[in-house]
Amino acid sequence: MHVEIAGENSLIIYFAEVTDPMVSAQVQHAMLQLESSLAGHLIDMVPSYASLLVIYNQFSTDHYFVSACITQALQNLSSAQQQQGKVVELPSYYSTESGPDLQMLADNAKLSVEEVIAIHSAMEYRVYAIGFAPGFAFLGEVDPRIAAPRLTTPRLKVPRGAVAIADRQTAVYPAQSPGGWNLIGRCPTRMFDATATPCMPVQVGDSIKFKAIDRDQYLALGGEL
Amino acid sequence: MSAFKVIQPGLLTLIQDAGRYGQHRIGLTNGGPLDALAFNWANRLCENPVNSSTLEISIGGLVLAAQTDTYIAATGASIPMKINGRDCRFWQTHKISEGDKIEFGFASSGARAYLAVKDGFNFAASFTSSSTVVRENIGGINGGKLVVGDLLACNRITQASALAVPEAEIPNYPSEIVVQVILGYQQQSFDAVQQRLFFSSDYQLSDKVDRMGFRLQGQQIKSSLNGILSEGICHGAIQIPADGQPIVLMNDRQTIGGYPKIGSVIAQDTAKLSQLMPGNKVAFEQISMERAHNINHLARQRYQNVAMVNIA
Repeated sequence: MHVEIAGENSLIIYFAEVTDPMVSAQVQHAMLQLESSLAGHLIDMVPSYASLLVIYNQFSTDHYFVSACITQALQNLSSAQQQQGKVVELPSYYSTESGPDLQMLADNAKLSVEEVIAIHSAMEYRVYAIGFAPGFAFLGEVDPRIAAPRLTTPRLKVPRGAVAIADRQTAVYPAQSPGGWNLIGRCPTRMFDATATPCMPVQVGDSIKFKAIDRDQYLALGGEL
Repeated sequence: MSAFKVIQPGLLTLIQDAGRYGQHRIGLTNGGPLDALAFNWANRLCENPVNSSTLEISIGGLVLAAQTDTYIAATGASIPMKINGRDCRFWQTHKISEGDKIEFGFASSGARAYLAVKDGFNFAASFTSSSTVVRENIGGINGGKLVVGDLLACNRITQASALAVPEAEIPNYPSEIVVQVILGYQQQSFDAVQQRLFFSSDYQLSDKVDRMGFRLQGQQIKSSLNGILSEGICHGAIQIPADGQPIVLMNDRQTIGGYPKIGSVIAQDTAKLSQLMPGNKVAFEQISMERAHNINHLARQRYQNVAMVNIA
C-alpha cells in the first residue's frame, strides 16, 4: 500500500496492483473511514479496482492533514470487518439476436452458445469501479473460458442495456454509446436514470448476478430490440 | 418569460456554473468553466453568488436578443461585443433593455469568454449543477450546447451596480505559456531522462482539443508502463499514451482511466491552457505541492482584495 500525490488538491491511495475482491473491499472500507475523518474537507472520491483518489478542499486543509487521515484509515484496515455490499439480480436476454458477438465468442472459446450463457449467468460479479460513462459499472471477473479481447474496431453505436464482455470484465451499457466490448445480450433494467433516486441500481462494492430470460420476458420487462 | 433568446449559438456556447462535485462515484465528471478566473470575474461584476450559471463562449459567434431588462458582463478572451451595433467593452457591466441585440464576433486573443447576467441564468440543477457536459448529456438545456431559438431564462432587473474590473487585474492571453506541474501518479515510471525531456521541451497545442482533454504535440516521452489498472483521474492530470504525446485532462475528462500519468497541471494553468488556440506553444515547469498551495492561496487573496471600479 502506498500513497502518491495526484494533483494540487488530491492524493491517490494504491492498495495493490491486482484485481481482487479483498482489495476492492479495502478500498470501500478506506473510503467510508475517510468520509468521516475528512468530513468538511472532501470534494470527491473516486474508488476503483485497487486505488482510491481523494480530492480535498485545498482552502480548508492541506495534504499533510489529508495524508495523516489516510495513514490512520489504512492502519485501521487490518482489523476491519469486510464490508458486504448488496447483491442485485439483473435479467439478461442472451441470444444471437440481442448479442451480435455471442456466436463468435462461443466459437472462439470452443463452447456452445448455451454454455457461454450458463457460464456468464452462473457467477456473482463485483462492481469494481464506475466510470467511462455515467452509470457504467465495471464488473469482474468473468470466467477465463469466456474472456474475450475488445473488438479491433469499436462499434459506433452500442445500444442501451447491451450486456458485454471485455477481457475478464463484463458490463451493461447504461446508455447508447460507442464501444468496443463483445455484445452477448441485452438487459431491460435501466443502469442509469438521471430522474430516479437512486439513479443507479448498484454502487461500487455491490455485486450483480445475471439471470437468463427469454425474448418474451425481455419485451415484457420493457426491453427494446 | 424574462429571458434571452439565442439568435445564433456561435461555435460552441455552453451553460456553465462552477461545476458538478461529489458525483464521481456514479461516473459523472465535473464540467464547469475551463477558465475559472474569467468565470468568477463575470459573476462578480454582476454581484452574483459564485456558483451562478453563465454562458461559456468558445471562440465566438454568439448572438442573443434580450426579452427583458437586466445587466450583463462579459470577461475572458478578446472577443468583440456589440450591443445594438455599438462596440461595448468586456470586463464591465452593461445595462440591457428589452429588445436589445447582443452580438459577439470572434476571438483575436484567447479562446473562451464568459457572459454573466445579473442574478445568473435560471436553469434547473442536474446532479447539483447546471453545468453542461455534452458527452454525458447532462446539465444545461437537455444536456446539449446552445442552439438557435433556445430561451435563457433570467430575472428582470432594472437597478444594479455599474462595475468594472480594474485595468491591472485584466489578464492578457498570450499564445505561448508555461504551465506548472506537480509530479504525481506514475511519475516514477518516467525515468530521469524522460522527465528532463518533458520539462525542457516545447509542445504545440494540437487541433485535438475539447473540454475532455487538450492533446499536445512534440517531444515523445516514454513510461516504463504500458497501461495500469483503471484509476481515478484528477483535474489537470497529464496522461501519456503509447504514442508519447501528452494529453492534459480538463473539466469534462473521464473519471477513471488506464494510461500512465506523469503528474498534474495546476488549475490556474489549465485555465491559461484553455485560452490557447491550436498551434500555440506550451512548456511545462515542475513545482512542488507546497509551491502550488502558495500560488493558489496568494491568487485567492489577491482576487478577494480587489476593489471593483464603480463606473456609474
